[in-house]
Amino acid sequence: MSCAVKKIEVKDLRLSYAHREVLHGVSFDIVPNEIFAVIGPAQSGKTSLLRCLNRTIDFCANAFVSGTVRVDGEDVRELRNVYELRRKVGMVAPLPVGLPLSIYDNVAFAPRCAGISARSELDGLVEKCLRQAALWDEVKDRLDSLGTKLSGGQQQRLTIARALSHAPEVLCLDEFSIAIDPVTTMRIEDVLKELRSQMTIVLVTNLTQQARRLADRTLFLYNGDVIEIGSNDVIFSGHPANRKTYEYVNGIFG
Amino acid sequence: MIRLCGISAIIFVFGIFFFVFREGAPFLAKLDWSQFLFSPDWIPTSQTQPKYGVGALIVGTLSVTVLAMAIAVPFGLGAAVFVSEFCGKATKETLKIVIELLAAIPSVVWGFIGLCVLNPLIIQTFHTPIGVNMLNGAVLLALMSVPIMVSIGEDALKAVPDSYREAGLALGATRWQIVYRILLPAAKNGLLAAVLLGVGRAIGETMAVLMATGHSVRIPHSVFDPVRTLTATIAAELGETSKGSEHYQVLFLIGILLFSITFAVNLIADLAVRGVRKK
Amino acid sequence: MSDRQAMFAETPLGRRKRRTERVAKYFFGFMAMAMVVPLLLIVGYVVVKGWPCLSWEFLTTNPRGGGIRGGIWPALVGTIYLVGLSLCVSAPIGVLAAVYLNEYAKDNWFTRIVNLAVVNLAGVPSIVHGLFGVGAFVYAMHFGKSIISASLTLAIMTLPVIIASTKEALAAVPMSFREACWNVGATRWQTIRRIVLPNSISGILTGVILQVSRAAGETAPVMLTGVTVYKAVSDNGFFLYTLNEQCMSLSMHLYYIATQASGAPPALPYAIAVVLLAVVLLVNATAITFRVVLRSRKKW
Repeated sequence: MSCAVKKIEVKDLRLSYAHREVLHGVSFDIVPNEIFAVIGPAQSGKTSLLRCLNRTIDFCANAFVSGTVRVDGEDVRELRNVYELRRKVGMVAPLPVGLPLSIYDNVAFAPRCAGISARSELDGLVEKCLRQAALWDEVKDRLDSLGTKLSGGQQQRLTIARALSHAPEVLCLDEFSIAIDPVTTMRIEDVLKELRSQMTIVLVTNLTQQARRLADRTLFLYNGDVIEIGSNDVIFSGHPANRKTYEYVNGIFG
Repeated sequence: MIRLCGISAIIFVFGIFFFVFREGAPFLAKLDWSQFLFSPDWIPTSQTQPKYGVGALIVGTLSVTVLAMAIAVPFGLGAAVFVSEFCGKATKETLKIVIELLAAIPSVVWGFIGLCVLNPLIIQTFHTPIGVNMLNGAVLLALMSVPIMVSIGEDALKAVPDSYREAGLALGATRWQIVYRILLPAAKNGLLAAVLLGVGRAIGETMAVLMATGHSVRIPHSVFDPVRTLTATIAAELGETSKGSEHYQVLFLIGILLFSITFAVNLIADLAVRGVRKK
Repeated sequence: MSDRQAMFAETPLGRRKRRTERVAKYFFGFMAMAMVVPLLLIVGYVVVKGWPCLSWEFLTTNPRGGGIRGGIWPALVGTIYLVGLSLCVSAPIGVLAAVYLNEYAKDNWFTRIVNLAVVNLAGVPSIVHGLFGVGAFVYAMHFGKSIISASLTLAIMTLPVIIASTKEALAAVPMSFREACWNVGATRWQTIRRIVLPNSISGILTGVILQVSRAAGETAPVMLTGVTVYKAVSDNGFFLYTLNEQCMSLSMHLYYIATQASGAPPALPYAIAVVLLAVVLLVNATAITFRVVLRSRKKW
């Protein structure tokens, strides 16, 4: 494991919001094409961690970051082109957000921002992404209707399609299933399993069972500290290294 | 580019402070503050001994404003309560549009109405010699400041969570009891802000009081006495002064005074509104 | 008689409650009507009194005899000039400033001071803006009493309100839309142009339109900075005022005719008031229609 190429390398990452530190020196590596789950109770810093990966933390006034985050060996905080980074590291927010545009434009938004304007190219891209997100069949006849008018589950898949539209190498999902029903969740999980061959997936979730079903390795984050990182065989084995992990995973606390 | 525009707006904002103060400043040095603020003698055009006491003007402004508020506050807040609590959706939308249109009527038209409609009306009803007086101006100012009170007051009432109302209804309270015992205490900051913004509007109003209050510099003894306000004095006299003269500088000084008063009133209103948001 | 019926039977307390309820409703209704009625009465009265004077010629000819006869064409043109010019200045600057304050500026002491200043300047009396115009444009910048001084003064007067209303419109676009855009690698400007502005433009325009009516009706500041009581345009041309001369305006014309001109026909000031009211209320009605239509097409 240690000799493999690292896709993302996080070292001693500390983050504070106006003097209140929420991440106390988090370190971990993610290798290409794995599904890496981050679990932990609410308020443990999972979302903040993700926002450090694609530097959307910059938009948070009074957030202060130290430590390094490397994506493909490059320190994200020394990058010139942060937009390139965000295209490389796609992000799906917890609540589905359909932009107030047509379904087509929702998916074509990112490519257009990146300067692609040829209609034929966009058409192909939109169809590909919607198919990947398992939404194409439901919306192919009404690509011109508003993205905000879709149902919650459909909007979440639209959000995923949008995140796929800029061909990210890493896809971060932040508790994607909290606003949608179990059936849709299962469909998206299937989608993720398929996407795995093409990209690295970081999955933040508070459903431990979801992490167990999907992930290769799991990180247990608790109050801003990494309690344990390990492959799923260990974390969910019934005797992980740390007792807290065992208790959390088995629903004894949290 | 956008940043530049943002900053230019800021420059404008501070430019106002700067230029008004600059024109009035030379007189500040030789000014006798107590005489300026409290003397009722305003004889700026005298050749031998001009007197610049704005006491009567301040009293004029305050008396008209207070009387206007005495009329406007009950009506404004009452209408706000009606719009927010008692009427149906269609009535509500209609009323809000009417209020908006009422707010849009230019002050010079109000002044004209004071002159041509209220003036004879007051003479007839109260048998006073002149109808352009404090009462006339106050009625106009009340009509002008009611719309702003209604819209801000309604916002304040709307900000009270529906769960409060539902809790009240569940206990068997009537709507009146809910308004009186729940909404008014809960929204009191917002309503205060509404009143203050109305006051700010009334103090700063120029044309209506210029045309309808009778324009005579003296301390009024009854609501039927004509008065003159700070704003009206500037509007009426600035055109006749030459730049840099004492009279001119004093008028700018009055401007600074007005600026400070309304700024303070608006600041307090702003703080009150902020208090509401925090809750 | 079962217990259940007794439970809902009328009690003296219940009757009294219903009575106060009704009284309260009519009481507050009366308060509201006390505002609607004057509006209708005033507009109706002014229209009726001014009607004999109104005609197409009244609108499109020069005044004669010092303003007491003839039409109001120059005042109309002057008002359009003043409002148009001032909006040309204040609308772009105000909107961009609001975009800056709402979308770019960090939350520090400087921004807070600016926001506070904008909020409070919106409440500064128009006559003080007029004094500022005299100090800054008429004298310091040597524009003299002219259209340009007056319209710049109006621009400064409308600027804070435009900034405030634009900021409100921008803030109504949910934050999650912006975050979604940033997450897919859009720059701030791309986010603003493609998502924030298209969805707030109706609110922004409504705010600007309302300032048109405010600027058109304002008298005191323009009276000090460049509007005069009588200045004819030589024929019915539209570009006959140049920017560095004084002009007439509807509001000033009404003030002059109502208070200082002697010998004017009694219907004349009413007719001018009707025209001014028509301009202002039409602009406002446009803004309201605009808002209603666009609100019904809201996209989320």
